[in-house]
Amino acid sequence: MKHDKPKKIRLAPPAAPSLPKAPTGIQGLDEVTGGGLPQGRPTLLCGSPGCGKTLLAMEFLVRGAVNFGEPGVFMAFEENTEELATNFASLGYDLKALVAQKKLVLEFVHIERSEIAETGEYDLEGLFIRLGQKIDSIGAKRVVLDAVEALFSGLSNTAILRAELRRLFCWLKEKGVTAIITGDRGETGLTRHGLEEYVADCVILLDHRVEGQMATRLLRIVKYRGSAHGTREFPFLIDEDGISIVPITSIGLTHEAGTGRVSSGVPRLDTMMGGKGFYRASTVLVSGTAGSGKTSLAASFAHAASARGERCLWLAFEESASQIIRNMRSIGTDLEPAVRRGTLRFHAIRTTACGLEMHLAIMYKLLNQFKPRVVVVDPISDFARLGSNTEVKAMLTRLIDFFKMHQITALFTSLTEGGSVIESTEVGVSSLMDTWLLLRDVENGAERNRILHILKSRGMAHSNQVREFLLTDHGVELREVYVGPSGVLLTGSARGELEAQEGAQALVLEQEIEGKARALEYKRQAMEARIAALRAEFEVEQTEAAKTIGQDHTRASVLAGDRVQMGRLRQADAGATGRRPKQGGPR
Amino acid sequence: MKAKPKADSAAKDSTATSEESLAKPSKPRYRLRLYIAGMTPRSARALANIAEICEQYLKGRYDLQIIDLYQQPVLAAGDQIIAVPTLIKKLPPPLRQLIGDLSDREQVLIGLDLKPKK
Repeated sequence: MKHDKPKKIRLAPPAAPSLPKAPTGIQGLDEVTGGGLPQGRPTLLCGSPGCGKTLLAMEFLVRGAVNFGEPGVFMAFEENTEELATNFASLGYDLKALVAQKKLVLEFVHIERSEIAETGEYDLEGLFIRLGQKIDSIGAKRVVLDAVEALFSGLSNTAILRAELRRLFCWLKEKGVTAIITGDRGETGLTRHGLEEYVADCVILLDHRVEGQMATRLLRIVKYRGSAHGTREFPFLIDEDGISIVPITSIGLTHEAGTGRVSSGVPRLDTMMGGKGFYRASTVLVSGTAGSGKTSLAASFAHAASARGERCLWLAFEESASQIIRNMRSIGTDLEPAVRRGTLRFHAIRTTACGLEMHLAIMYKLLNQFKPRVVVVDPISDFARLGSNTEVKAMLTRLIDFFKMHQITALFTSLTEGGSVIESTEVGVSSLMDTWLLLRDVENGAERNRILHILKSRGMAHSNQVREFLLTDHGVELREVYVGPSGVLLTGSARGELEAQEGAQALVLEQEIEGKARALEYKRQAMEARIAALRAEFEVEQTEAAKTIGQDHTRASVLAGDRVQMGRLRQADAGATGRRPKQGGPR
Repeated sequence: MKAKPKADSAAKDSTATSEESLAKPSKPRYRLRLYIAGMTPRSARALANIAEICEQYLKGRYDLQIIDLYQQPVLAAGDQIIAVPTLIKKLPPPLRQLIGDLSDREQVLIGLDLKPKK
């Protein structure tokens, strides 16, 4: 059931002795009111004609009857029951069936000025009796008085009317029914006849504003006695499911930061981010000039998510679903099976189709229905046309908050217009992004080639290098880039050429090294040969020398023996002879 | 019975007879319904006022039905009653709702087409 879905985004935690509230069951309204309308009290719903008062009031009754077992009485002062049944049938409400089941009573109060004449004192007891009878007939807990101010156009005695309306609202309170009283916006006050003076508990204002030819419906809680409530204007949507209100303001930065990772769908890109890809529930911005491959990168991401079995929602603002599928098939990324499996859903709408707030409302609705884990927004730069930078940024902030809260990993593409600063985004949202991938074209050698780098990636080590971004027939690929001699990035065929050149150079070098090694070997061998020759020579010389030394020794001893002999013969001092043996004969 | 001498006199005066016969269809029968909520002083005033007017202007050609909504609340919706007291002129057409205690004699007579609107 819709009413209890986004409970997490409760704005006002219920205070301890909280005011009893009647849940409306209208998507978003229970969040902004902190649980519903004040139970057993009247609420004033005002706004200009055609802004959805009757619808909101009727949905309150229908959901009350169907979802919460609280029958309701709808007292209409402008439309008759037949018209009501027809109008709401187009919204999928079978009022007649509810009436038959005694869950709803439609009561048309017809006031025809021309038939009425006032002839004296009166009161509105007749109306009280009618309403009371209807309430009692089905045990109604909820009551709507739609356009009750029509009484003022039928009856001229405003003094009586005012007093009687005051009495009516008190009477409703006594009856303990939760009531909505609708009233047209007046020129000075909230309603034409100042009903807000009597209905003091809760006042809700609906507005319908046209800006730049686009209409936005807005709801604001002007007053809610005894309860906290959202104070800003909340955009709301009327479609085949009735009303849904976008409850998100800036909820605050309280979301859990996970450490889980999600693949980008490009293995090499994952490698650049620590080998694991983006953080789960982070926001990724892919910005780049026209044709730089943003959508292709997004397709890889979506394809990978779908391959993991995760639901992916693709919000396309420039191309139709089938166009994206066809184009991505040309680079070998077939998204169609994922669409058929139901893991990938496209929602293609022109940004100019409705206002910013309405876009946000539509996106919330889709997100709540489809509950994706991964979202692609392609591109966000288109929103720039819908409002001022501040407005667009505020809207995207709320969208991002929603993503974070629901642990959705989101990839946004942003077109950088030619001639603008490349490191800028159209709507200045880069500060909201956790990871920013920059794609751009480089032109050299009569070619345009794509390059990618990670401008930032919060909370992870990431590569500082530029990579060439290739769209091949089997998806996105990243390659190294080269810096040429004059500091120019070399990509495409220039890179290919350089790669070939480098290959050739390497071969030459290898050959050179081999040659040198061989030469060295020769040298070594030559050296060793010479060493061997020298050794041989030396050995010969050594033998020769040994021989000579032996002969010399013999001669020396012979000489010594001769001298002793002579000394003896000359009567010489033996000692002297011994001391100066080398002097030999002094002669 | 009261009409008899009138008819006799009409027979004497042919002009008067023709006038009366012409006027007869223009004096239709009135069907009136007065809704009140309980016997309040205001209800009593309304009752007294309508009784007086009927006697004075519609003698013999009116049906007056008094409905107390406290007794029969279901009937309020059928005649689109919002205020009480309300006098409904069902017939002759057009349908009229005279709201209030019927003290404003002039308004009541205009409302009942017994006096031309100024």
